[in-house]
Amino acid sequence: MSSISIDDAQNASATSKAIQPVWVRVLHWINAVAMVIMIMSGWQIYNASPLFDFVFPRSITLGGWLGGGIMWHLAGMWLLVINGLLYVLLGIVTGRFRRRLLPISTSGVIGDTRAALTGKLSHADLSTYNQVQRLLYIGILIVGVVIVLSGLAIWKPVQFQYLTAIFGGYDTARYVHFVMMASIVGFLVIHVALALIVPKSLRAMIIGR
Amino acid sequence: MLKKMRSLIIPGVDKQLLVKDAVKLMPDLSRRRFIASGASFGALTLLTGCNVSDSVSAESLLTQISKFNDMVQAKIFNPNVMAPTYSEKDIRRPFPFNGFYSEDEAPEIDGKEWKLEVSGLVDNNRSWTLEELYKLPEVSQITRHICVEGWSAIGSWQGTPLRDFLKLIGADTQAKWVHFRCAEDYASSLDMPTALHAQTQMTFKFDNQILPRAYGYPMKIRVPTKLGFKNPKYVTSLEVTNDYKGGYWEDQGYNDFSGS
Repeated sequence: MSSISIDDAQNASATSKAIQPVWVRVLHWINAVAMVIMIMSGWQIYNASPLFDFVFPRSITLGGWLGGGIMWHLAGMWLLVINGLLYVLLGIVTGRFRRRLLPISTSGVIGDTRAALTGKLSHADLSTYNQVQRLLYIGILIVGVVIVLSGLAIWKPVQFQYLTAIFGGYDTARYVHFVMMASIVGFLVIHVALALIVPKSLRAMIIGR
Repeated sequence: MLKKMRSLIIPGVDKQLLVKDAVKLMPDLSRRRFIASGASFGALTLLTGCNVSDSVSAESLLTQISKFNDMVQAKIFNPNVMAPTYSEKDIRRPFPFNGFYSEDEAPEIDGKEWKLEVSGLVDNNRSWTLEELYKLPEVSQITRHICVEGWSAIGSWQGTPLRDFLKLIGADTQAKWVHFRCAEDYASSLDMPTALHAQTQMTFKFDNQILPRAYGYPMKIRVPTKLGFKNPKYVTSLEVTNDYKGGYWEDQGYNDFSGS
């Protein structure tokens, strides 16, 4: 009993500000809106010339037709890029990335994955990310950079032709863009599922503590 | 109430014909509604707490941002950057036909009758016969055609640089637009910096053969720095102007600059 109260006291003093500061929460939810816009309008664009043997159901696409999808996609782009740049800038300047995402080690990730799979991973302290979380968040940051760059490569394959060449040409850049989208959707499924399993984390992302 | 109104409108009128006429007047919903079906669905509505479906303000906001994107793209556009060129073996054969109609509906043009009308801010607005245009110096390019839909294909085009022709007719190159009209009621506006780009071409041949009907006989405008729909085919007139006159797809919401 006493240890719990000490933990609580420590949490209270260590995070008297908040588990998730205001800027993180604001940028997080703006990003959530931007992501949904980008993904759903992206599916609309994909359907015009599918890369694979399937199209996305009309009911989960945004824009009504190709032109509308493109309009949404290129409008959402500004929201995503401005919001993303602010997030990365503040993440570095405030030291949040270093504090929350580092250190990360192979053994730590393996250990925490095992703990998670056997239901032994604790979520008592929300101010510290476990190694699996760190890996996922670092991974999704990299995916975010790659999807923006591959997006620029297929938007401007003449003006940014060196970028397009890095992705292996226009056609390959489209596949890279798609795979990155699929990675983000995969991340979202896990991310949302975990937020629902650990409801305190959703609360922290809304009211801060 | 509704029944009453209906009886007021309808007496003696063929209902089916009336509906038919009304449908003709309506814009093509699937194209004009940018926000349609999808947007009202789930996540977006939940997250924003508002229903953006059919919202006129959302549509006008999107149009505003699209115009802002036009401006940004015009700034990004570097007239000295050439589109990548490819080799013979990269050419897609057969090169895909594309249009807002099927291939057998493509215009059939008699090259002997055809004339290119020239108008607007030019010193000499006489029209040109195909025979005269064929005598202009010919250049060749193997470049990638990128469709707004996302597919692309590499093709080989021969013709005369548009900027040389604009000089020849004494066009005001300070004007903002070169507007093209086509035989199949297609139209497109090209911003002057793009019209003056070295690779922008009045195209008369594909793969060193007289341009086939499917690819825009007798003349198409090949613009490798733009998406495919900004490459008008079956061109019948060229106008140098400071007024934005839109185009077939531009008027329906495709981004006007659509630069690659």
